[in-house]
Formats: sequence, structure tokens, C-alpha cells
Amino acid sequence: MGKKVALTGNEAAAHAIRQIEPDVIAAFPITPSTPIPQAVAQFIADGEMDTELVTVESEHSAMSACIGAAAAGGRVMTATSANGYALMWEMLYIASGMRLPIVMAVVARALSAPLNIHGDHSDIMGGRDTGWIQIIAENSQEAYDGLIQAVKIAENKDVMTPALVAMDGFNISHAIEIWEMEDDKAVKDFIGEYKPLFPLLNTDDPVTHGAWAPPNWYFEHKMSQLKGLLAAKDVVAKVGKEFGEVFGREYGLYEAYKLDDAELVIVAAGSVCGTTKDVVDKLREEGQKVGLLKIRLFRPFPYKELADALQSAKAIAILDRVSPAGAQGGPLFNEIRSALYDTPTRAPIINYTYGLGGRDTQPIHINSVFDRLKKIVETGKIEKQFDCLNLRGEWR
Amino acid sequence: MSEKLLNWDEVLIGGAIKDPGNSKNYETGSWRVERPVWNPDTCIQCMFCWVYCPDSSILTNEEGKMIGIDYDHCKGCGICVEQCPSKPKSLKMVLEAEAKGKTEEELRKEVFSK
Ligand code: SF4
Ligand code: SF4
Repeated sequence: MGKKVALTGNEAAAHAIRQIEPDVIAAFPITPSTPIPQAVAQFIADGEMDTELVTVESEHSAMSACIGAAAAGGRVMTATSANGYALMWEMLYIASGMRLPIVMAVVARALSAPLNIHGDHSDIMGGRDTGWIQIIAENSQEAYDGLIQAVKIAENKDVMTPALVAMDGFNISHAIEIWEMEDDKAVKDFIGEYKPLFPLLNTDDPVTHGAWAPPNWYFEHKMSQLKGLLAAKDVVAKVGKEFGEVFGREYGLYEAYKLDDAELVIVAAGSVCGTTKDVVDKLREEGQKVGLLKIRLFRPFPYKELADALQSAKAIAILDRVSPAGAQGGPLFNEIRSALYDTPTRAPIINYTYGLGGRDTQPIHINSVFDRLKKIVETGKIEKQFDCLNLRGEWR
Repeated sequence: MSEKLLNWDEVLIGGAIKDPGNSKNYETGSWRVERPVWNPDTCIQCMFCWVYCPDSSILTNEEGKMIGIDYDHCKGCGICVEQCPSKPKSLKMVLEAEAKGKTEEELRKEVFSK
């Protein structure tokens, strides 16, 4: 049986890593994820886990060390944030292209400039096309549970693709919450033993990793890689269900919160979903048909399932914790709107950017989103397709 | 390379290669603009060319003596010619276009008689 603990999101991630006990963990500090490798280093020093800690001089090197260790045949993990994650960018492609099931905790944070160390989704959204599985957590419990599941998902023989579990910087990483920590042994039993496919260290069966592929090979390999990433969708659902059977907390591709008959729907990912659920509860008490679609799996993007879940909506607002950067709306908006194009329900759909660089998003702001959706349904008109929450001055 | 290439759903995961040394089958020599021509008469068998060739394209016999050039893989960088210490040099570069269609013997005569 698990036990209730009051610890931060970073500590939740560190305990998950301790229990997973990977062969190798690469460590390079960056706020707000620094406490993760710090705690893991302490666990190792105290003899609580038997893992090789590789201290490196940059995040680029951290991911490189992970790639080398994973190609050698090890179970490998690391953690990072923001500019560190961005510095890994090149190596993230190499990890996924080589089909190495590395698991990483990303404490999501704003990217410079101006310099800001607080939470938003600029980092993970910037790396959304690197071929990694991306799972986004709402709170410490989901960060902990997600990391354990990620190991099993990434190492599935049909998947063999690296996975990251993201949690919001500070909102989750530094906030103390009560969550349930499972038994060490139960976690180890759940993830099982890792049998690498082509370990470099197996000298009886020599193999080349990281060879070049000329134009008559590269395309085939990239599509084979894509198949592995896409296969993760079913595996995420399967592992989420198994996790529920063992630990009592079941996970799917997304979470439908009071969505069944919801007409006014917010789609969001991460810690803002907690606030949104509170608002949904209040408005439901008033008899309003409101709901939340919480994104859990962002890559591969389960567009069909998400579109199906939105069919009762009469108006939808997508919250992106990142600037659209010149696109027609944020990344989540683009994905959801594209997913709905093929469905009979073409509910009006609007986009908000919120929470950049750690800006607060409170119930009053979520309420304003539902008010706007209500108005759209009443008037049949979208006055603003894109807007901002809690920005000083009106966005125009 | 006449063998059938694999389809996307047949390739090995992650671009791993299970038959080591298959780069031998990849003929990098087709990129060449100039080629080195060897003159055995003045060669002092110092093996500098063998040490410096970045493509392992200097051919040797069982006694470890230089016996010619592997034109399937020689990319024509000219490093062997640069390094060859014999006087006159025992390796010279010629344009690939001019070398085409000539035997090794004909080329040698032409290049080293100048
Ligand atoms: S030209 Fe370059 S590649 Fe060719 S044999 Fe000489 S050193 Fe090797
Ligand atoms: S470097 Fe010149 S002299 Fe030395 S072995 Fe090669 S061809 Fe002969």
C-alpha cells in the first residue's frame, strides 16, 4: 500500500526516479528542476538507490550522456527545464531517432528573453516535434504517477521511443501537496525489468548505433520511427489502465471533467486545470452546462479521441500557456481546431494565451472565459478569436 | 548496389545496423573529381599514404606493402599525394574525366613521363 506524503512536485519526481532506480541518470541543474537531480544525488549518496549519476557540463551533454548510456543498454533518466531543454533540442531528435526509451522529467518554464525562471509551456511546446512522447501532469501526483508509467510506455517493444513528463514550474515543482507514494517494490514490479533490444555492450552480437542514412534510407527510417511514436497512443491508454488496476488511480489519454453534456468547454493542460475544475464545479452548481477537457497526452496527439470528446460543445475555448509566436493561435488551439475540422460538430472555437512567465491565472479569469463562451453561444458571433488572460491592457 | 532495398516497415529499429562493416558496400569513390595515380618504380614503401588516407583506400598485400589504390572508395582528397615523401613523388593527382577509359598502365605512363 502507498502512503500519503506532503512533498513538492520536484520531490515527487525525485522519489519516482529513486523507485524506478535507472542504471544511469545525467544531471545538470536548471531552475526550477534543479531539486530533482539534487534529491536523486542525495538518495544515491545515502545508499538508497544504485544508479550511476553522471554530472555533465550542459544539458546538451546531459542528453548526450543519456543517449550513450541508453544505446549501451541501460535504463536512463534525466530532468531539465526551459533553456536547458532547448539546449537539448538537437539531441532530443537523436534520442528519438535512435529509438532509445529515455525518460525525462521536464519542469516547464518560460524561455528567455526577457529572462524569467517561472512556469509556462514555452519549452515543451518548442520541443513538441522532436519525436518524444509528451505527457503533461496537472499536479504532483500526476507527475509521480506519470514518470512511473512513462518508463513502461517508452520501453514497450512497439514504442521504443523516449518520453517526457512535464509539470508546471513552481505551481507544481515547488508547491507542497499531499499525494500518495507507492511502495518501492510495487513500483519496481510494475515497471518490470528492462531488456534492451540492441545493447552496444553486448560484444557477442556487435551492432552499429547512430550510423548515417543516405537519401535512399533516411525517409524509411523516419517513417518507421513515426510508427513507434504513434503506437504510444494505445500503450499510454493500456499502461494507464494497468496503473489503475495496481494502484487505484487510472489514467487515460485525456481527462473529461464534467464533459458529457457540457456546452461551454475549456480545453487546457497542466496545473491550470485544477483551477478550472473548481470553476466548473461552481458553475455546475448554478446549473450551467460547463466542462473541462484536460490534455494529458500531447504527443502523439490523440486527435480523434479528443474531437469525439468535444462533440457536445456549443462553444470551445483553448488555453495555451505559450505565445502563438506568429501562428494562427497557440499550438494546442491549432491541434484541437484541426482535429474538429473532420467532425460534424463545428463549434465556434477561441484561443487564449495565459500564465506566461509565471503569471497567475485565477478563478476570476477562468470565469471570464466561460462568460465569453456563453456570449458566443447567445449571439452566434466570435468577436475575438485570440485573447489573453490577465494581461495588463486590452489585447488588440 | 543491385540488391533490393528494404521498405519502411522492414528497416531495423532506430537505424541500427546488425551486419557490421557494411559501409564497404557503399562506393564513396563515385564522388571523386580527381584521382591519385601511383608509380611503383619510385615508391619507397614508407606507407605514409596508408597512414594518412582518411578512407582506408591504400591497398596493401600480405607483407603490408603498398600495392595500389582502391578506387571504389578513394574520394580523391589528395592527402596521400601531399604526404608522399619520395622524390619525385610516387603519387600524383589527375582529373577523373581524363583518367576515364584508360588502363592503369596507360595512365601511369602519361602522368609520370611529364
Ligand atoms: S586521394 Fe585521399 S582518399 Fe584517395 S587514396 Fe589518397 S588519401 Fe586516400
Ligand atoms: S607515401 Fe609515397 S612513397 Fe610512401 S608508400 Fe605511399 S606512394 Fe610509396
